[in-house]
Amino acid sequence: MNAAVSTPSRPTETKDDVRVAHRQHPGWWVLVVFVALCLAGLVKMLVTNPNLQWDVVADYFFSTRILRGLVVTLELTVLAMFFGILLGILTAVMRLSPIRILSSVAWAYTWFFRGTPLLVQIIFWYNLAALFPTIDLGIPLIGPTLWSGDANVVITPFVAALLGLALNEGAYMSEIVRGGIVSVDQGQHEAAVALGMRNSRVMRRIVLPQAMRVIVPPTGNQVIGMLKSTALVSVTSTSELLYTTQQIYNQNFQTIPLLIVASLWYLIVTSVLSVIQYYIERRYARGGRRELPLTPWQRLQRTFVGLRGRVQAAPAGRA
Amino acid sequence: MTTPVTTASTNQLDEREVVLRATGIRKRFGPVEVLKGVDLTVLRGEVMCIIGPSGSGKSTLLRSLNHLEEIDGGKVELDGDLVGYRQRGHRYVTLPEKQLAAQRARIGMVFQSFNLFPHMTVLQNVVEAPVGVLKQPVADAKANAMRLLERVGLAAKANNYPRQLSGGQQQRVAIARALAMKPRLMLFDEPTSALDPELVGEVLEVMKALARDGLTMVVVTHEMGFAREVADSLLFMDGGVVVERGHPRDVLLNPQMPRTKDFLSRVL
Repeated sequence: MNAAVSTPSRPTETKDDVRVAHRQHPGWWVLVVFVALCLAGLVKMLVTNPNLQWDVVADYFFSTRILRGLVVTLELTVLAMFFGILLGILTAVMRLSPIRILSSVAWAYTWFFRGTPLLVQIIFWYNLAALFPTIDLGIPLIGPTLWSGDANVVITPFVAALLGLALNEGAYMSEIVRGGIVSVDQGQHEAAVALGMRNSRVMRRIVLPQAMRVIVPPTGNQVIGMLKSTALVSVTSTSELLYTTQQIYNQNFQTIPLLIVASLWYLIVTSVLSVIQYYIERRYARGGRRELPLTPWQRLQRTFVGLRGRVQAAPAGRA
Repeated sequence: MTTPVTTASTNQLDEREVVLRATGIRKRFGPVEVLKGVDLTVLRGEVMCIIGPSGSGKSTLLRSLNHLEEIDGGKVELDGDLVGYRQRGHRYVTLPEKQLAAQRARIGMVFQSFNLFPHMTVLQNVVEAPVGVLKQPVADAKANAMRLLERVGLAAKANNYPRQLSGGQQQRVAIARALAMKPRLMLFDEPTSALDPELVGEVLEVMKALARDGLTMVVVTHEMGFAREVADSLLFMDGGVVVERGHPRDVLLNPQMPRTKDFLSRVL
């Protein structure tokens, strides 16, 4: 047993030509075979199970209605994240402010919107007209009304969905941004202030860019989470991807194939988002390490060059 | 007793204008009073070194000079202006942030832990405040930054990020960054304490050159050799008060107070 492990590390060498041999892990090959069998079984099922109805999937995959639903899903994701991130930065800075009233308001906001289910919030905004038939903007109790509108007209299903998603997202982003800001060394703030920078500039130029390294990875998760949370909006009959899918299979009863269509689109968009996230993280890693990590493309090139080098060197090595 | 040369140079120093004057500085952290009424006067072109055991309050004193620490009593004046506060009747009121920032821009500071901005290149570090605070045109600020980097011997590293530099190099960049604001005086808070021994020399060389060029400096340090060679005046602090002060030669070679003698016998 011992012999089997140690044989590969003893090629014929002179004394002063000692080389490092990587340890062999024969057990890993058993695992590889097992995983390969599982994958093969999955592929066989996907190909042979007639209930999946791949022809129906193919028919609907690029259909106009599905694509239109996908666009609404993407719109909701982008807009809700945009407002959510803005709200998050604003409330995180408020939360860290020495001014008590600002930090209290920010705390109350996160407490409320993290403390109630997103689905409930969406349904609530959708039914807002039942609570307030008209919406007035102005200073409560004392001020003049600056603007007024009919709730049924202002709060369309799309607006209700956006309000629900963005306000909820803002509460989570607030905690993420706050964690990022707190992670930046206090010395950075001191150095910037000692140079005569004002607090707003210190935050914008020195603290936030460094906080981004901590903020970006969980924000990537949030974007991907948001993409899927938009499916909750189907309860407000907003024609996003899932609701569109439901409408179609309620007519033709092809439930499984249509859910596969929706799932595949969610998977595709999520994959694209992961790639984007990778490059954003790489950008904010500047100065964090001595050298930037390689992009997958660069790594592929290097592996290829390395393999070629080894193939060319091999005959000389054996001789 | 003193040679005529020394007398002349001392007189010359006394005639120079006062850049910074601190009077009766008090500061407490909770129950602990770390500064118990400290006075100091820095003249134009003077190099003042502050020494003392850790916990003696020397860093806190330095940090109160540019209002990084709020003080509980006394006052700091820069060119006659109250630093950090405005007098209203018999009370001192904290200055609005904008004016506080403007005052800090006149005082350079170098930290023990360098505190370079890691997400910016060396050049960007030096250019950031002159462009952002003093509103210098970018081209002028860059040209000036390159001159300063030349002066600290790091022009070749202008486009590197701080983490790619050694500690000594980082500290020299930090000095260039502070100089770029053309400060009235520079505060150094143990600038060589975080450095490997072989890197201390290069930073001290830069500081000696600045002293020769007439920069006004207040330096908290453990480098007795530097203090003896470069300083015009030396403060020994212990327990939140200035125990002894004078010309470094006198204080280091002929200390009068027992606490000074005790401290020097341990570090020299």
